[in-house]
Parts: sequence; C-alpha cells; structure tokens
Amino acid sequence: MTPTLIVFWAFAGLAMGSALLCITRRNPVSSALWLVVTLFALAGLFVLLDAQFIAVLQVLVYAGAIMVLFLFVIMLLNIGRATRSDIKGAWGLGVGVLLAGLMMVQLLALRFGAPPQQLTLPPGAMARAAAEQGMVAAVARPLFSTYLVPFEITSILLLAALVGAVVLAKRKL
Amino acid sequence: MLLAPALSVSAVLFTFGVAGVLLRRNAIVIFMCVELMLNAVNLTFVALAQQLGVAGQIFVFFVMAVAAAEAAVGLAILLAIFRHRQTLNLQNINLLKG
Repeated sequence: MTPTLIVFWAFAGLAMGSALLCITRRNPVSSALWLVVTLFALAGLFVLLDAQFIAVLQVLVYAGAIMVLFLFVIMLLNIGRATRSDIKGAWGLGVGVLLAGLMMVQLLALRFGAPPQQLTLPPGAMARAAAEQGMVAAVARPLFSTYLVPFEITSILLLAALVGAVVLAKRKL
Repeated sequence: MLLAPALSVSAVLFTFGVAGVLLRRNAIVIFMCVELMLNAVNLTFVALAQQLGVAGQIFVFFVMAVAAAEAAVGLAILLAIFRHRQTLNLQNINLLKG
C-alpha cells in the first residue's frame, strides 16, 4: 500500500461515511452539513487525481456557494428542526434498498472495464501537462479554444436560470 | 493507478444518492441527494481524465454550472411550493396524483 493509496482511502472513507450520514439524518440542516463534509473529501480526492484546479472550484462553488444556498433556504423556511423521521416505511425502505443495491452491483461491475488501450495517455501525462503549462492553463486553454461554444452556451443557461429563479421565487411580479 | 478505486468510490456515492432519493420524503433532502449523485459522476470524470485527457476535467466545469443553475431554479420552486402548501413533505404534495 503506497502512501498515496492510504491518503486516497482516508478521503474516500470520509466521503462515503459522511454521505451515508447525509442521507440518514432527520434534521435537514445536519444533512446539509454532512454533505459539505462529503464535498470537501471529494475535493481531496480530486487533488490526488491530478485535478487541483477542479478541487479548488469544488470547494468554492459547491461547498461555498451551492450548499450555502441550500442552508439559506432551509433556514428561510424554518424547517431546520428535527421532526418525525421522513424515511419511508418498511415497504418503501425494502424496495428502495433493493433497487439501490442492484444499482450498486451494476456500477461496481463497471470498474473492471478499462478504457481502450489506443486512447489512454501514458501514466503521469496529466501531472506533466500541469507542470509544463501551469495548473490553471492546462484546463483553461482547451476550455477557451476547443470547448468555447459549449462555454458560451453555459452562460445562456445561467442567464435562463437566473431569470427563472427570480420569476418563480417572487411573490408578485 | 487510482482509476479502479476511484470508480468504486464513485459507484458507492452514486448509490447513496439514489438510496436517498428513494427513501426520503423531505424535498430539500432529496435535492441534496441529487447533488450527491452529480458529485459522484464528477469523480468518475476526473478519474478517467487522468488517462483519457483533459476533456473530462472540462466536463466537470459544465456539470458544476448545470448544478448551480439547477440548485437556483429548484430551490425557487421549493420556495413557491412551501408558500402554497406550508410543507415540503412529498406525501402531502400530491396534486397530480389520480
């Protein structure tokens, strides 16, 4: 077991444990806070997978912005108090766990597949590219050249979401 | 290589998200489980980007942008629902149920 693998499984265990707590806590606020722990652990995994810039974005955008939005709405609606458990009854629980278990088996089977040999880069290629061009530039250069059109379409999507959120949340226009 | 462990972690996280959506009744918690699923997929993208090139990391950008848009619109819908029915329990939101 290499040190990298030990750190990887530490973060992975943290992510999986806090995700389990997130879906089982009764109080929506504690659910949200456990989800923040999951997101931070995932950021750690991204660093180990040579995606440092994505890891920073994960902390800034997900843990910083999206989860604050969630907590803000929970507290605005004043539903943060622990109520009667909202987990479904015996039947719903059984069927849900069965379906989720089936899905887990299918997804775990996928890990034995490997990407085709002629498409894979040599090991360490991403780390080398980041060292040569800089961490941000290695991601930003293709984003603003090859993927420029999807990037611009994303801005239209965000504008539509902005207008939609204002229209939906406003009492009277 | 971290590809196979990362794919298994991602599978487990995605399953937890699916289980949360299937088992919970609180609309906001279900919404958070959807975010968990999106993050599991992001982990898959990043793990495969290590072998298949930087396109996977760029896809994570777009997933994050879509997730942000989805969170804003979805939470606005939940606000509107709560204003009309004073609850977020999905059992009580059954207007379309025959």
